[in-house]
Amino acid sequence: MTRIGDNRARLLALYTTMCRIRAFEETALAAHKAGEIPGPLHVSIGQEAVAAGICGNLRRDDRITSNHRGHGHALAKGAGVAGMMEELFGRAGGHCRGKGGSMHIADFSVGMLGANGVVAGGIPIAVGAAQGLKLMGSDAIVACFFGDGAINRGPFLEGLNWAALYRLPVLFVCEDNGVAAFTATASVTAGPGVAARAEALGVPTVSVDGNDAAAVDEAAARLVAEVRAGTGPRLLHATTYRITGHTSTDPAAWRDPAAVEAARAAEPILRLRARLLSEGVAGSTLDIIQGDALAEMAAARSSALAAPWPDPAVAWEDVQDIGAVAGEA
Amino acid sequence: MQSITLVEAARRAALQEMRRDPSVWVLGEDVARGGLFGQYRGFLEEFGDQRVVSTPISESVIMGAGLGAALVGTRPIIEMRIFDFVMCAMDELVNQIAKVRYMFGGQAKPAVVIRMPHGIWRNSAAQHSQMLESWFTHIPGLVVAVPSSPADTAGLLVTAIRSDDPVLFFDPKNLFPLTGPVAEVIEPIPFGQARRLREGGDLTLVTWSAIVPQVEEAAALLAARGIAADVLDLRTLWPWDEAAVAASLRRTGRLLVVHEAVTTGGFGAEVVARMVELLGPGGLKAVGRLGQPRVPVPFAPPLEDALKVDTAKIVAAAEALMRR
Repeated sequence: MTRIGDNRARLLALYTTMCRIRAFEETALAAHKAGEIPGPLHVSIGQEAVAAGICGNLRRDDRITSNHRGHGHALAKGAGVAGMMEELFGRAGGHCRGKGGSMHIADFSVGMLGANGVVAGGIPIAVGAAQGLKLMGSDAIVACFFGDGAINRGPFLEGLNWAALYRLPVLFVCEDNGVAAFTATASVTAGPGVAARAEALGVPTVSVDGNDAAAVDEAAARLVAEVRAGTGPRLLHATTYRITGHTSTDPAAWRDPAAVEAARAAEPILRLRARLLSEGVAGSTLDIIQGDALAEMAAARSSALAAPWPDPAVAWEDVQDIGAVAGEA
Repeated sequence: MQSITLVEAARRAALQEMRRDPSVWVLGEDVARGGLFGQYRGFLEEFGDQRVVSTPISESVIMGAGLGAALVGTRPIIEMRIFDFVMCAMDELVNQIAKVRYMFGGQAKPAVVIRMPHGIWRNSAAQHSQMLESWFTHIPGLVVAVPSSPADTAGLLVTAIRSDDPVLFFDPKNLFPLTGPVAEVIEPIPFGQARRLREGGDLTLVTWSAIVPQVEEAAALLAARGIAADVLDLRTLWPWDEAAVAASLRRTGRLLVVHEAVTTGGFGAEVVARMVELLGPGGLKAVGRLGQPRVPVPFAPPLEDALKVDTAKIVAAAEALMRR
């Protein structure tokens, strides 16, 4: 039985992670708008509870695979902020030496096996990582994040079938924000949806309000334990809402403004804040957490802006060992 | 040295490496039953079903799972059954496997071997006979091996399994019954070194994979007609042995590239282009390519025979080149 004090500490930890993700992405958006970050940026504002709730239940040696909207997953898994911000800025000190950018952030040192530019691209990789871990006798597990758009791609079917068949330690996490790029997923999806598809493939599924951090946390704790016990894969279907557009330059003007306003009111950080206040946590405590997160990310932005660009010679490195082409002098 | 078939040489190479390194394992359709061609016969009995994994017909995950397993430190051999099925796993191969090391700034090394028996084989028609090896030489990050003899297949496969790079290994399935000497302990053969099959000063024949025996046969016929061909089997297409081809051409001045694949956009085009760059437009007396016309591989034997490269066509192409 969890005591109230423990529970409060858990919720505060979730709140902290979520505030850091929000602050990171709002800071990155501002930097992008200011021309400091090149290329596209896919942010997960409004979806932070899923990343925080899942990764808070993982060990450092557990692995995750992510998608194109992966800043939150990486941060929640423990990826270093400086390395992430520098990667977005394309600087030498980025986790990927400036070769990946926002869409390909990876930090193998904390088990973050990579964001992915292809929808559903992480599913086969997660399944194989789990198979490799099992082969090596490890009890580490893999959490595989993907969106509702991914359930209409073949690797979803192939990957879930495979994981169930070999009873692999994978927690599939469908972050269902209701929209696949610019199209409402329901308008392009037949049948009752992800949970029914997963159950049909023999993957037990739990559905949860993905904007309720405590609910995600509770469900994740149970599912992670089941997966780690060797009982095969599980799927968590977390319903959430993407408050911003598909990319940093998409105003998503096609959406009903009333629905967006309603979503803003139901967003997970405000909800968790209300819950913590009702449990007696002082508003000032929560303000400090939020302020610290903003300050941390502002500092990361300044550092990244001042950080050196990669040496052009780096462009020739990390291709392959056999048959690598020589850099031009 | 024992003489064994090419498929048995491949089997022994993988067997040797799986005995040597417990992190090596194999996944693909029917591999626990020995594989479609018997190239994994006896593996299940020796290594068990955790290291010899027969999979569903799910090419995306066969390929992607191999990558994921490599990212946590194992060394999978990914068996594609027949080359043509790799098209169902192109995202995993081209967007994921070929890119992860680079995109992630060197954090990941995708140590996988992707085995793809390719080429024309027993009237298998258009979806089971393709030779698209040149596609993959175009993709940074990938290594491409195209052996033609039992010894080369064994030695190159050992190199591929020990490499941290993703190696595309094109098993020449029409040559699986071909016999040749293979050492008991199979030593790795370095990639990027051509093998000279015949020495001659009149023209250079550059070739690889399943068509090699017919090129050798053609070279013998040409010799009987007084044309001495210098025959090079490239063995790997990325990296490939530009230096050996250039050195041969400096002696012969005449180049004929022979491959089973469609001529247009085939790797022969790259060989010719590089030689023109290296030797200059005036450095060559005559240049030619011989491959399949730009037509799918047909089913009926007379149709297949009409289009595919054979010994007579090689002889004719070489003689035409000598007249120029």
